[in-house]
Amino acid sequence: MSLETGGMGALFVILAMALVTLATRWGGVFVMSFVPIGYRVRQFIHAMSGSVLVALLAPLAVTGDTGARLALLTTAVIMLTLKKPLPAIAGGILVAALCRQFLPGT
Amino acid sequence: MTRKEASPYRLDRALVWEGFKALLPLSLFVIVFGVAFGLAATQARLGDLEIVLMSTLVFAGASQFAALELWGPQVPFFTLLVTVFAINARHLLMGATLYPWLESLSPARRYGIMLVASDANWAMAMQAFGRGRPGLGLLLGGGIALWGFWVLGTWLGLNVGGAVQDPASLGLDMVMGCFLLAMVVGGEKNLRMLLIWTVAAGASLLAFYYLPENSHVVVGAIAGGLVGLAWGKRE
Repeated sequence: MSLETGGMGALFVILAMALVTLATRWGGVFVMSFVPIGYRVRQFIHAMSGSVLVALLAPLAVTGDTGARLALLTTAVIMLTLKKPLPAIAGGILVAALCRQFLPGT
Repeated sequence: MTRKEASPYRLDRALVWEGFKALLPLSLFVIVFGVAFGLAATQARLGDLEIVLMSTLVFAGASQFAALELWGPQVPFFTLLVTVFAINARHLLMGATLYPWLESLSPARRYGIMLVASDANWAMAMQAFGRGRPGLGLLLGGGIALWGFWVLGTWLGLNVGGAVQDPASLGLDMVMGCFLLAMVVGGEKNLRMLLIWTVAAGASLLAFYYLPENSHVVVGAIAGGLVGLAWGKRE
């Protein structure tokens, strides 16, 4: 089904997008309110929370350009050595920018 | 949890303000993404009011950019909603992982806080909880910061969008990726977590290449969760 975006159409589409997104923000909390939080559920949740981030980052690291990969590598190394997020993030961005300046297209 | 101050469940105005300030540096980068979105949305021929309204009400950058890809005089309505749902499905997992800490709040507060849940403030909150520190202030205050600057950036993009033509050449597209990676690396590190992350990454990549678009986050996260379930640690 296609919707015209003229007139009120676009507002309707945006409202629908907002409702779908709100459902994702509330849905997990809502479902969990029916699940007793025992030891095993806690284990699952704890493992899943780190995994969300890893699952987000994996394709970025594999399909990204050299700048993206070196940026992530830099962030990881600085984070492991200095254990401070701000220098780690700044270092990653700097490496990505330098890489794209001097090694474009890789 | 002998003293009230030490409780990770605490939530008061001071903590919300601290959370706001903690996410402020990242929020400045969020402005840049907002500008990029505002500019891209103008080029996709959305009206100014609609663009700002979308950032205000949807507040989920990746899905908003995806919506622009599908935007035109006619919009494939269900395709768009399915895409938005798939990209934002990770919020379901975030809500689930936050639930143990939201449980004691009244439903109004519980669902109110979730209005501003997004990747960065959620990751900061989970890291705080992992260290036994209060995280709800980071979630709410940080969320308000991210949301406010996202909307502000979007609005700026309508007016001064030309200034940020190519955020990638400045490495700015890597801000969120590097931030989230720093959160992962700064968390608990041992053989068990390493295995969980490896499985999550592997499952995510398999889903990325062989399953429908945008399913990789959910697939990877659940795979990692199952490993955590199978290799339970003694507390």
